[in-house]
Amino acid sequence: MSEATLSLSTAGLTRSFGKLEVTRDVSISLPQGARHALIGPNGAGKTTLINLITGQLRPDAGSIALNGEDITALSPQARVRRGLARTFQINTLFPDLAPIEAVTLAILEREGRAGQFWRRLTGHAEAIDEAHGILDQLGLADAATRTTRHLAYGQQRLLEIALALATRPRVLLLDEPAAGVPKDESAALFSVISALPRDISVLFIEHDMDIVFKFASRITVLVSGAVLLEADPEIVRTDPRVRKVYLGQGHG
Amino acid sequence: MRVPEPAPKSLSPRDWMKRQSRWSVYELIAWAAAITPFFLFPTYLPLANQIAIAALFALSVDLILGYAGIVTLGHAMFFGLGAYFAGIISVHGWGEPITGLLMAGTFAGLVGFVSSFLITRVQHLALIMVTLGLGYLTLELANAMSWLTGGTDGLRGMNRWPIFDTFRFDLWGYTAYSYSLVVLFICFLLSRRLVNSSFGLALRGVRENIKRMPAIGSDHKWHLRKIYTISAAMAGLAGALTAQTTNVVGMDALSFQRSADVVVMLILGGTGRLYGAILGAFIYFVARDQLAGINPQYWYFGIGVLLMLVVLFMPKGILGFLAGLVERRGK
Repeated sequence: MSEATLSLSTAGLTRSFGKLEVTRDVSISLPQGARHALIGPNGAGKTTLINLITGQLRPDAGSIALNGEDITALSPQARVRRGLARTFQINTLFPDLAPIEAVTLAILEREGRAGQFWRRLTGHAEAIDEAHGILDQLGLADAATRTTRHLAYGQQRLLEIALALATRPRVLLLDEPAAGVPKDESAALFSVISALPRDISVLFIEHDMDIVFKFASRITVLVSGAVLLEADPEIVRTDPRVRKVYLGQGHG
Repeated sequence: MRVPEPAPKSLSPRDWMKRQSRWSVYELIAWAAAITPFFLFPTYLPLANQIAIAALFALSVDLILGYAGIVTLGHAMFFGLGAYFAGIISVHGWGEPITGLLMAGTFAGLVGFVSSFLITRVQHLALIMVTLGLGYLTLELANAMSWLTGGTDGLRGMNRWPIFDTFRFDLWGYTAYSYSLVVLFICFLLSRRLVNSSFGLALRGVRENIKRMPAIGSDHKWHLRKIYTISAAMAGLAGALTAQTTNVVGMDALSFQRSADVVVMLILGGTGRLYGAILGAFIYFVARDQLAGINPQYWYFGIGVLLMLVVLFMPKGILGFLAGLVERRGK
């Protein structure tokens, strides 16, 4: 596969905190439409890798490319505007805003209209309608005008995704989207994710192996900050090293 | 005013949002009440003028503190810059109030814009210390430049021309209060439009979760710089009004006390609701007036008690408390 068709690729990403190397020479690549799972034991550096890709952290070495363009030097918000969105493992929402307000804000930021102070918010009717459409798509239409802090936890997890979708991403990074959600509900959450348009490439972190094997088209196994294995799900499932890492550390 | 309630099923999100920014009958009552001193309490017009100016100053602080979450203890800096600017140009021969006011506001806004780059670099305690430090810096600068500012003696020899060449500043304060009230009202209308715009929503986003803003593609530092500049200009207008209506500018215009008092007013009234600034200024000055009548030396004692009572029992300020009562009655 040529470089140009890759939605997202990293080359030799490395990052240390003091003497601790949390990311070691990580190179991954997502072709367009990928459903790529990032797995590994706790402390393997999965969230750190996401933070490096989105720009919350700067790498000590290595580079990141989005649709073939080097974005290593860009700010997090500039990366979002180029189509790289993320969700957070721990809810990072706007507690006192209603979902409709939060998603409208994300849309207006995408369109560069959030700074307009002379025009009424309600004058941006298309943005409000689009926000409502996104919330509807995720089953949040009924909760659209409630205060975020009063939403059920599962709804807040969905709002995480709604905010990311409002930026119109080409690549979506989901950091444990179902974290803290009961198992029966997490399946529903992932069916929302799998229903996303195929032109969005998805990289997701998930601990539940049933979900990973069900939804991933490709899997990267991260151990101690380095890539242990990148392969198709069937190969990862039977790889003895992966089994050892997981069974050896009490994960399954 | 800004308590998002769940919408009835029939209400579309658009209509729900419209409802959030609708004028309420309480607002009309509040502005009608602002006119009553002309008829009912003409001897209190100078106090009413002070309240209108303090309300404008508190309004400027509410925009950054209540809406964008920037806590400041140095906003007297912009109040004082506006006051000195308006005073100094009138000493040097330009006593036309309206242009003087606008120039003073612009000047304070420019200084606000420059300092906003420093403000957006820091957060939390460091932010408060930076605002405090800038306030001290400005105070001592004005002190050192006594050839221009009059130093501790205050600015002397201001000329005031009549407004529109017609309305002279009278001894009873009719012109002064009318002038300040009109400026307050215009600034209030602008602020109201601002907080109900997409920019106002973005500011609330910054206040609610500054970490999420970059993740939705926001250059939130530009939002903060913008509102800080607007707020500084508005504080400058308040300072200029003081200079023009009282004909005095002293070092106290830049003092830490003034920066702290305005935050106290805002906390008393309630942050993030615009009217909290106005109500807070009103309560503060009426309380001071009454307390000073009882004991002219220790009136801050009463303010301290009032402040603690409000913070302990009405965490959203007096206006937030009242809004809560109205809402409960409505259910």
